[in-house]
Amino acid sequence: MKHRLQRALFLCGIAGPVLAAHAARIGDLSETSVAEQALRFFTFQDPSVRYALLGSILLGISCGLLGSFLVVRKMALVGDALSHAVLPGVALGFLWNMSKDPVAIFIGAVLAGLLGAAAVHLIKHTTRLKEDAALGLVLASFFAVGICMVTMIQRLPTGNKSGIDKFLFGQAAAIGAADVQLMAVVTGLAVVVIALFYKEFLVTSFDAGFARASGFPVQLIHYGLMLLLAFAVVIALQAVGVVLVSAMLITPAAAAYLLTDRMHRLLLLAALFGLVAGALGAFLSFLRPNLPTGPLMVLAATLVFILAFLFGPRHGVMARWWRQRSRAASVQRENTLKAVYQVLEAREFKGEGVSLRELAERRRERVEDVREQSAELRRHNFATLQEDGNAIYLTPEGWQRACAIVRNHRLWELYLTNAAHIAADHVHEDAEKIEHVLGEETVRLIEKRLNYATRDPHGRPIPGLADLRRGAAPETSEQGSLGYGRRV
Amino acid sequence: MNALIPSFDFQRIFIAPWTSGFETFGWIVLMGFLVTAACGLVGNFLILRRMSLVGDAISHSVLPGLAVAFILSQSRSTTAMFLGALAAGIVTTVLIELIHRKSRVKQDAAIGIAFTSLFALGVILINLYAGKGGVDLDQECVLYGEIAFVPLEPPVMIGGQSFGPTPVVRMALVAAATALLIAFFYKELLVSSFDPALAVSLGINATLIHYALMSWLSVVVVSAFESVGAILVIAMLILPGATATLLSHRLPVMLGLTLLHAAVSAVLGMHLALWLDCSPAGAMVVAGTVLFKSAWIFNPTDGLLRRWFWTRLEKPVIEAT
Repeated sequence: MKHRLQRALFLCGIAGPVLAAHAARIGDLSETSVAEQALRFFTFQDPSVRYALLGSILLGISCGLLGSFLVVRKMALVGDALSHAVLPGVALGFLWNMSKDPVAIFIGAVLAGLLGAAAVHLIKHTTRLKEDAALGLVLASFFAVGICMVTMIQRLPTGNKSGIDKFLFGQAAAIGAADVQLMAVVTGLAVVVIALFYKEFLVTSFDAGFARASGFPVQLIHYGLMLLLAFAVVIALQAVGVVLVSAMLITPAAAAYLLTDRMHRLLLLAALFGLVAGALGAFLSFLRPNLPTGPLMVLAATLVFILAFLFGPRHGVMARWWRQRSRAASVQRENTLKAVYQVLEAREFKGEGVSLRELAERRRERVEDVREQSAELRRHNFATLQEDGNAIYLTPEGWQRACAIVRNHRLWELYLTNAAHIAADHVHEDAEKIEHVLGEETVRLIEKRLNYATRDPHGRPIPGLADLRRGAAPETSEQGSLGYGRRV
Repeated sequence: MNALIPSFDFQRIFIAPWTSGFETFGWIVLMGFLVTAACGLVGNFLILRRMSLVGDAISHSVLPGLAVAFILSQSRSTTAMFLGALAAGIVTTVLIELIHRKSRVKQDAAIGIAFTSLFALGVILINLYAGKGGVDLDQECVLYGEIAFVPLEPPVMIGGQSFGPTPVVRMALVAAATALLIAFFYKELLVSSFDPALAVSLGINATLIHYALMSWLSVVVVSAFESVGAILVIAMLILPGATATLLSHRLPVMLGLTLLHAAVSAVLGMHLALWLDCSPAGAMVVAGTVLFKSAWIFNPTDGLLRRWFWTRLEKPVIEAT
C-alpha cells in the first residue's frame, strides 16, 4: 500500500506542474534552427500554430479588458484567487465524461470560480478576517481540493486522462478548433458586455458609494464582472495554466494604467498589450523546444510592463527623473538671476553689468561655477555676456524673471510674518523654496492681502507689478537710484 | 465514481498507520505538523499585518531562487538552496516596494506582477536547464523530498544514533528556530504589527522588522517547499492563523491554537490521503480547510450558527420584550 501511495504521489503535487511545463510547448518539434522555426511560425503552415496563435491573441484581449477593471478597482489579487479556485471545477468538468470536453470543463470551472468569489465575500463580511486573508484562504483551500482531485483522477485506471495536468501550466499546443471557437465567443461576449454596460462598470469601479446612491445595482455589476472574469480565466487556462493566469489579468492592465488616465484608453491599451504578450509568448515558445508557452507569455507581459514603467511619457521613471532634473536646472537658473539682481540692488542699480567675481562672491561659489551658470542663462536668453566673458548683463526677459523671483521671495516673507506671525528671521528658508513655485495668481492674492506693501520684513523694497513689466533696471536720477518698489 | 473514491476501510485507514506502518506514517505526520506549525506561526503575523498575499508571492518566487541556486552551485546542497530562497524572498519584497513606490500601480497589482514574473522565470529556467548535462535540475529536483518520500530519506546520524530522516530534522530545526525567534522578538513583532507608528516612536526599526520577517518567511517557505510544493505553502501560511483569529483575540492564544491546528490537520490529512489515495499535502490542507470551516460555523462568540440564532431567534425576542 505504501508503494501504491508513492506511485500516486509521484504523479502529483509539484510533479504535475513541472511535468506539464516540460511538455507545454507548441508542436512536437525536433531540434531545428531558430530562423527556420520563425519562418514556419510566420507562414502559418501548421494548423496547430494557427490555433495556438489565435487562441493566445483572444485570451490576451479578453484578459486585458477584464483585468483593467480589476486593476482600477484595486482587486488585482481577486484575479489570482479566482484563477486558483477554478481548479476543482476543472477536475469536476473532466470527471463529467472523463475527457477534456471544453464545454463541461468550462461550466465546472466557471461554477467553481463563482463559488470562490462568493466565499471571499462571505468570509470578509462574516468574520474578522481582512480581504487579503480571505483571498489567500479561498485560493489555497480551493487549490488544495483541486490538487487532491487531480491526483485522484490521474490514478484512475480508465479513460483518457492525459491532459488534466496540463491545466496547471497550460499548453498552447493543446488548443484545438473547438477551444478557439469557445475563446472567440467569450472574448466577443466580454467586448459586447463592456461596450453595453460601459457606464455602469465605470461608475461602480471608481465611486461605488456614488453608484449606489444613484441607484446602480452595484452588487449585481460586481458579480457580473466576476462571471466575465471567471470566463476569461477559464479560456486562458488551456494556454497559460491555473498558476499564471492572474498575470495575464494584472500585468497588461497595470502597464496600460501607467500610460493613461482615461478608462476607454486603458481598456484599449490593456487589450493591445494582452494581445502582444499572447502572440509574443506563442511565438517565442515556438522558437525552441523545451520552452513552455504560459510562462513565456507572462514574461512577455512583464517586459511590456517594464517598458511602460521605465519609459511611460507621464508616469514613467525616466519621465519623472527628467522632470526632476529640468526642475532642478530651472531652480538653479532662477537662483543665479536672483543673485545678479541682489548684486545690482546692493549698489543701487548703478551700472548695468555684473562681473562674475561679484556674482561668485554673492553666491559664495567659485568663479568657474558662476561662469557655467552665466553661460546657462545666456542659452536661455536671460542674459548676455561681455565679450571677454567676465561680466553679465540681463536681457529684458532676464530682468522680468529676476524681478518675479525676488518679488515672490519678499512677498512670501512678509506674508509669513504678517499673516502667519512667524518671526522675521525664520522666514527666509521657506521663501527660498517657495519662490520657484508660486504662481502668478497666488502672488497677486498675497499682494492684495498685504495691502500692496512695498517693504519686506527686512526693510528691502518689494518689486511691484509695474517694475516687473518694465523688463529693465530701474531708472537712476541725480540722487541715486529710484530703485524698484518705490511706486514712482 | 466507485473507482474515484475507494471503499472506506476503517482498519486500513485509521488503525494500520498507527500500528503496523508507524515508522512510515509517523514521519509523514510529523513532517506535516512541523511544516504547518512553522508556516502557521509566521503566517499569524502576516495576517495581522494584512500581508497574507505577500506570503503567497514569496512562496511562488522561491522557485527561481532555487533554480538559480542550482544552476550556480551545480548541486542540491541545503546551503545553496537556503541562500537562493533567501535572495528570492528579498528580491520579491524589494520589487513589490519598488513597483508601488515608483509608479502609481497599487500594492496588490504590484504583488501580482512581481511574483508571477518571477515564477514564470523560474519555470523557464527549470525547463531550459532540465535535461542538459551537468545540472541535475529536473522535476525530481523540485519534487525532491515530497512529503510521502520523507521516511525514505537518509537519516541524520549523530554518534551512531539515528535522529530521523534529514528533511524532518531540518524542518524541526526551522520550526524550533521560528518559535524561538518569535519568543525572542515577541514585543517588537507585536508592536510593529499592530501599530507601526508606536513601534517607530518606541525606537523599533519597523522596516528592519519587515525585511527580517520577509527573509525568515522565505527560509520557512523553502524548507516547506520541499515537502508541499509552492502553492500549498500559502495554505499552510494562512489557514492555521485564520482559524486561530476566528477563535481568539489574544495573540499568545492564537499562536497556541495555530500549533493545535497544525497537529490536527496533519493527522486528519494523512488519514484522508490514505482513504482517497491522493496527495497527502493537499489532503492536509483540505483537513485544515475543514477545521477553518468548523471554526467559522460553530465558533461560539460570532460563528455563522451563532449569528443565525441571534438574528432569527434571540433578537426578535429581545426586541419584542
